[in-house]
Amino acid sequence: MRTITPVVILSTAMLLAACSSTKLDDKAPVEDRTGSSSVDPRSVGTVNASNDPLNDPQGVLAKRSVYFDLDSYVVKPEYQQVVANHAKYLQNNRTRKIIIQGNTDDRGGAEYNLALGQKRAEAVRKSLSLLGIPESQMEAVSLGKEKPKALGSDEAAWTENRRADIVY
Amino acid sequence: MIKTSFLRSFAILALFVTSLAHAQLRVEIAGVGANQIPVAIATFGDESLAPHQVSAIIKADLLRSGYFKVIDTGSVLTENSAVNLADWKSRGADALVVGSVQRLPDGRFDVKYRLFDTNKGTQLSSLALANQPQFIRVSAHKIADDIYEKLTGIRGVFATRVAYVTKSGKEFRLEIADSDGEGTQVALRSNEPIISPAWSPDGTKVAYVSFENKKPVVYIQDLVSRKRTVAANFKGSNSAPSWAPDGNRLAVALSRDGLTQVYVVNADGTNPRRLSNSNGIDTEPQFSADGQSIYFTSDRSGGPQIYKMSSNGGEARRVTFSGGYNISPRISPDGKFLAYISRREGKFQLFTLDLNNGQEQRLSDTVKDESPSFSPNGKYLMYATESGRRGTLAVVSVDGQVKQRLTTQAGDIREPTWGPFMK
Repeated sequence: MRTITPVVILSTAMLLAACSSTKLDDKAPVEDRTGSSSVDPRSVGTVNASNDPLNDPQGVLAKRSVYFDLDSYVVKPEYQQVVANHAKYLQNNRTRKIIIQGNTDDRGGAEYNLALGQKRAEAVRKSLSLLGIPESQMEAVSLGKEKPKALGSDEAAWTENRRADIVY
Repeated sequence: MIKTSFLRSFAILALFVTSLAHAQLRVEIAGVGANQIPVAIATFGDESLAPHQVSAIIKADLLRSGYFKVIDTGSVLTENSAVNLADWKSRGADALVVGSVQRLPDGRFDVKYRLFDTNKGTQLSSLALANQPQFIRVSAHKIADDIYEKLTGIRGVFATRVAYVTKSGKEFRLEIADSDGEGTQVALRSNEPIISPAWSPDGTKVAYVSFENKKPVVYIQDLVSRKRTVAANFKGSNSAPSWAPDGNRLAVALSRDGLTQVYVVNADGTNPRRLSNSNGIDTEPQFSADGQSIYFTSDRSGGPQIYKMSSNGGEARRVTFSGGYNISPRISPDGKFLAYISRREGKFQLFTLDLNNGQEQRLSDTVKDESPSFSPNGKYLMYATESGRRGTLAVVSVDGQVKQRLTTQAGDIREPTWGPFMK
């Protein structure tokens, strides 16, 4: 029997090597499992809730108080923007609810002042209602003279306390 | 009725401080009545057996009322002692009070007393009251009430209680005390304000407005069980509770329809019915004692005034016409007088109005009066005021002569309400 010469082995190896480098046919159909897009289903996108404008201390929604003149229960023009800003936010965030707390200065009886504070809260609520905010998102209440923000019985304190606050 | 010995002086400003050892409420007498009946009061037999000295409580009560001059007998006289009434009359006493205290086998104390008329030389009254040791003060107050009634013809209020709100630092408390300021108990502690407490007609519950829910809500609290129920928590503000005499309904001020108006609601919070109808603020409803009418504050005419309507609602008739700001109506138990707070020249002061003849009377000289409350016998008004920048309570007799001031050691005291007669 004749031995297989190294030349034969080598040429066989070369032939095999040549086979393995044969290119695949580009036109062969590839099964597409992802539908029309090519997004990876295991990718994760980031939502930034710290971007809620409500929490921005520099944002317009940080202003939540409407101040009133003595014996007055209408929202002054200079506070219409505050109301509008919150109306816009509430429209874009339908699940958010607010309580509007009206206050008075410390002069007068507790119960009558509770009712006067209510008028202030109601004025803000009405303004929001006219901008399309439904009843279900708001409640107007009063703290009367019971929770003054500014203590003391002088003009500065009285002015600060004649106020309605929007509370989320 | 006993003949009173006449004093020519008017209201004497006798600043007489009675600082009672464990009282958290201190009572100062600042004015007495024009007529003071001199009564001799003996030390009661064995009274040091009991936790409190009965004769001392009786003396303090009668003195505080402003209608009595107390003569100390300087000795013990019991209901069995021989008494020489003519002798007492010559010592200037129109009446003599004697008695004793006995401990019963079951641990209760039996307090006996007699009241004598020295002019007629006869016995006017006697009582025997057996009570647990913790109620010895009530027994003493009941005897003082009996003396007061027999000698003035008017039912006494010494055995009644008062409720009020204190504020100290950040804490608000609803407290109950005896009418002499003793025995204070805390019914509610809160970090949020409490206003407008109102006693139920039977004296076992107090309705009040609490801000603990970030809005005013009316609660009813059973003082014994501490159970609380919500009487009104409708959308908006709920306040100004006033009990109907039957104890089953309350008149309240609700803003649920937008404006603050007067409603009636069942004590369990069901079935609110609107009673008032105006384009302004209607609030502070108060049932009359017969339950037929409701007095309330309304600013429908521009400024707040007091009106009266049927307790079924309907047309309201205006009652106050002096001044542009009249609030906090309170109707006397006999329906004859209206007490209220009026703002005159920037001062908020206590006034009464005689509903028969329209006569008005100013009862205070202070400038920040609030929340008046009639005693159940209609003779006195308790109200909140300011003294030296602190909230204090004051008592004044309806004729303006008897005056008392009640202060706490620290903090403010406000929103007083006088409790009813109880058994």
